[in-house]
Amino acid sequence: MRIRFWLWVPLALFAFFAGLAAYMLTQEKEQFVASTMIGQPLPDFALPPAFGALPGASKADFTGGKPRLLNIWASWCLPCIAEAPQLDALKAQGVEIVGIAIRDRPEDVANFLSRYGNPYSRIGSDTISEVQLAIGSSGVPETFVIDAKGLIRYQHIGDIRADDVPKLLAELEKAR
Amino acid sequence: MKAKHQRLILVIIALIAIVGAGLLAAWGLRNQANYFYLPEQMVSAPPAVGQAVRLGGMVQKGSITTAADGVTVNFMVTGNTADAVPVRYSGILPDLFVEGSGVVAEGSLGPDGVFKATNLLAKHDENYVPRELEGMGTEQAAKMAADTTVGLK
Amino acid sequence: MIAEIGLAALWLAAALAVLQMVSGAFALRSPPGQVNALAIYARPAAVVQAILAVLAFAMLLWAFATTDLSLKLVAANSHSMKPLIYKLSGTWGNHEGSMLLWVGVLAASGGLLSLFEWRLPERTMGATLAVQGFVALGFYAFLLLSSNPFERLPVPAAEGNGLNPLLQDIGLAIHPPTLYAGYVGLSVAFSLAMGALMTREVNPAFARVMRPWVLGAWVLLTLGITAGSYWAYYELGWGGWWFWDPVENASLMPWLAATALMHSVAVLAARDALRTWTIMLGVLAFSMSMLGTFLVRSGVLTSVHAFAVDPERGAFILGLLGLYIGGAFTIFALRAGAVAEGKRFAAVSREGALVLNNVMLSAILAIVLLGTLYPLLTEAFDVRVSVGPPYFNPASAIFAIPMLLVMAVGPLLRWKSDKPARLQFELALIAALVIGGIAAVSFFGQFPLLPLLGLGLAAALAVAAFLPLRGRQLGRVPVATWGMVIAHFGIAVSLFGMACEGAFSKERLAAVAPGGTEQIADFAVTLESVTPIAGPNWTAIEAQLAVREDGGAPVILTPQARTFWSPPQSTSESALLTRWDGQLYAVIGNQAEDGRWQIRVWWKPFVTFIWYGGILVALGGVLAIAGRVRVDVKRRRASVKGARRRADVEALGSSGGVPAPQPAE
Repeated sequence: MRIRFWLWVPLALFAFFAGLAAYMLTQEKEQFVASTMIGQPLPDFALPPAFGALPGASKADFTGGKPRLLNIWASWCLPCIAEAPQLDALKAQGVEIVGIAIRDRPEDVANFLSRYGNPYSRIGSDTISEVQLAIGSSGVPETFVIDAKGLIRYQHIGDIRADDVPKLLAELEKAR
Repeated sequence: MKAKHQRLILVIIALIAIVGAGLLAAWGLRNQANYFYLPEQMVSAPPAVGQAVRLGGMVQKGSITTAADGVTVNFMVTGNTADAVPVRYSGILPDLFVEGSGVVAEGSLGPDGVFKATNLLAKHDENYVPRELEGMGTEQAAKMAADTTVGLK
Repeated sequence: MIAEIGLAALWLAAALAVLQMVSGAFALRSPPGQVNALAIYARPAAVVQAILAVLAFAMLLWAFATTDLSLKLVAANSHSMKPLIYKLSGTWGNHEGSMLLWVGVLAASGGLLSLFEWRLPERTMGATLAVQGFVALGFYAFLLLSSNPFERLPVPAAEGNGLNPLLQDIGLAIHPPTLYAGYVGLSVAFSLAMGALMTREVNPAFARVMRPWVLGAWVLLTLGITAGSYWAYYELGWGGWWFWDPVENASLMPWLAATALMHSVAVLAARDALRTWTIMLGVLAFSMSMLGTFLVRSGVLTSVHAFAVDPERGAFILGLLGLYIGGAFTIFALRAGAVAEGKRFAAVSREGALVLNNVMLSAILAIVLLGTLYPLLTEAFDVRVSVGPPYFNPASAIFAIPMLLVMAVGPLLRWKSDKPARLQFELALIAALVIGGIAAVSFFGQFPLLPLLGLGLAAALAVAAFLPLRGRQLGRVPVATWGMVIAHFGIAVSLFGMACEGAFSKERLAAVAPGGTEQIADFAVTLESVTPIAGPNWTAIEAQLAVREDGGAPVILTPQARTFWSPPQSTSESALLTRWDGQLYAVIGNQAEDGRWQIRVWWKPFVTFIWYGGILVALGGVLAIAGRVRVDVKRRRASVKGARRRADVEALGSSGGVPAPQPAE
């Protein structure tokens, strides 16, 4: 009988591990680094155009009466392809979207926009992630809601899914 | 009877070793695991001098100075409060290590209150990373990413 | 079209796995000695399934070779401008492709098993194939339902997203498939163990069937870990060769379990002892490879970029893990009591030494497992920790040292029971070498304790490895025994390399202006120039280091700091100067404001022995397989009654207690 008892020990240990792992899987992981810049004004920046057809972006572009979206993206980033239709939808709702292309090359940017559509009013080229780090973004894609006074109001981390669009519209409304 | 006796000895040795391994692991993990500190935690409740810990925060603007030997850097790490911890590191800096960027320093607190880092991990910024990678340098994160992508190592 | 063929092959293979599982299970319902009419489909199903799964993998390989950008997987992981070899290695350099490779190898080994293995009783074979089919089915489901490698993009991509530059390396092209094959070999051992447990046929005949699979898996794991360690050493530019990170531990744990299993299978094959324990280890070894998969894939401990991690996948693997390992442990608990006790032996005997080795290996396994899982446990309580060398090194050494001592003595002991007095000379020699080695080294300076012990042990082990050959005619020593001697010697060589690296490494970190010279060990390192250069998909700054040994002719080393642009990433390319007695390891860092460059140089004496030792260990394993297979083939030829009949006789022989003649182990 004594031996029979020992035979169950491995199963018990394994069950403990499986339970713990299952619990950890259900836990929301804080995998994203929230910006500490929310509620603060945009840092000063002026970026050159990312490719020929659109102007570059600077802090001055975020003044004048209406909130805008600031979209951090790159042509080499796959999730950015996934969010392209949502950005188009936002543009169709009358939202002005300013893009910052991270570590990108003009020909790649042009290629990306001709393929997946161009929702941007202007795109700055941030070749060394300088502005990206300054506004507290740690990855691509990220989207910020900037109000009419140039204050950062909201940060969306990751690609914009279809069900994120109403949330962003609401945040834009709040920032008005 | 003799054989049974001998078998019992082996079983007992095995049990002692396995239970010993468990206890040793428990003891070792309590003492040797590297705890993670934020600057404000390190100021309010510092770890023992010499204990290996990790310090995570932001590199304070304007605080990076390079010593005359060209390989030692001093800088301050800040967190959510005004508290700042001075850090000294000798070695090759990760390439994403700039002022204002996130950093995790591995090392220990010296008696003079300076955190001596043995390894610096700058934030891997090109893609989103889960929190284990959040603090790592490009190379380490890339390595882990590589390993995990390749797989079932 | 290619992708659709691959997908169809995968679905068909999954269907055949169901057939193999059901048909194999029917074999259990037939009385011993008879063949159930429904059980005959298991073998052909396994063979055809192997062909289909390999076909599916070949299709994906083709898609990568031609850079078919309409496939999501290719677009995400490849690039049209990559060299062909890295396009091909990109096939398994990602989650979906590596899982496909995994099932491909799994199915192929199932096919080989059913084609060539005729020694086991049909019932056991049926049960084994049923388990194998069950395992394969889970992975097919995983691939088809949550990680389809053949998924098409709605719009083909213009250009691929590139392969991780760190993976553009020839070592990495070979390393993962080696490890997979090793894991899969363990899955065959698992299936065999479960089959034998269900039919209560845990006997030497079963052990002899299982042994080549365990040995093969172990050889591949050894090579995989060795290659992985060398890769991390030269590619990461940190100068270390083992970092105890969860991904490395995930490959070490199955190796530890497989090492224990290999030795306990030897005892079972030769002496019919350790029956339950061998089954237990068979389950454990496969559990560890599944656990590694789970930890790496699920993101609970580490993970790729978060967008690639799908919590659903983690849950899926955890589900599979629960199903297979939970199920196996349950069957083990229910059935193991019914497995008759094996032969008994004295504590001082070859079996006793092997038991001790098994216990120590299990203890190290427990140490590594607990250390790897500890952050998971504390995170449940919101405490973030990382566990590193300060824990792993001493904790595992506490058990590794007695294990290595037993390893030196064990092969000299006789089976069943022995007297220590018989081995007076050998014991004295080993003790003298350990103590002498430590004393000799400490004479030259102060060194950390662990490397010091390692040096003493390495000296003793290197000599002790050859002691089993003492007094024997070398020409008549079985090949398998040579395998053991070489593998044990390889451990000594590897240990020597680790200890030297730990005790004698020298490091120099300095900011050097062009033309400046730094001295390290016997080498004068001069920074001649720093130049920007460009590769096919990267740019770099390259340092020209002229290295003069004792004032001799200069050798040029060119460490680089590379920047890749697709995806953007930086890597540090170390430059190595290999001498027979060590390696000079150089890395270039940033430029300081005053124009000097940071240079980091290590002199690592005998560091290469770590990997030479690993190769020797694997070579020993290969010899052991060759020796066993040769003995098997000879036996088969000698037996005119045919392989199947012989298996039956052996099965009868062992349960009836008539020992069949055994070759010397």
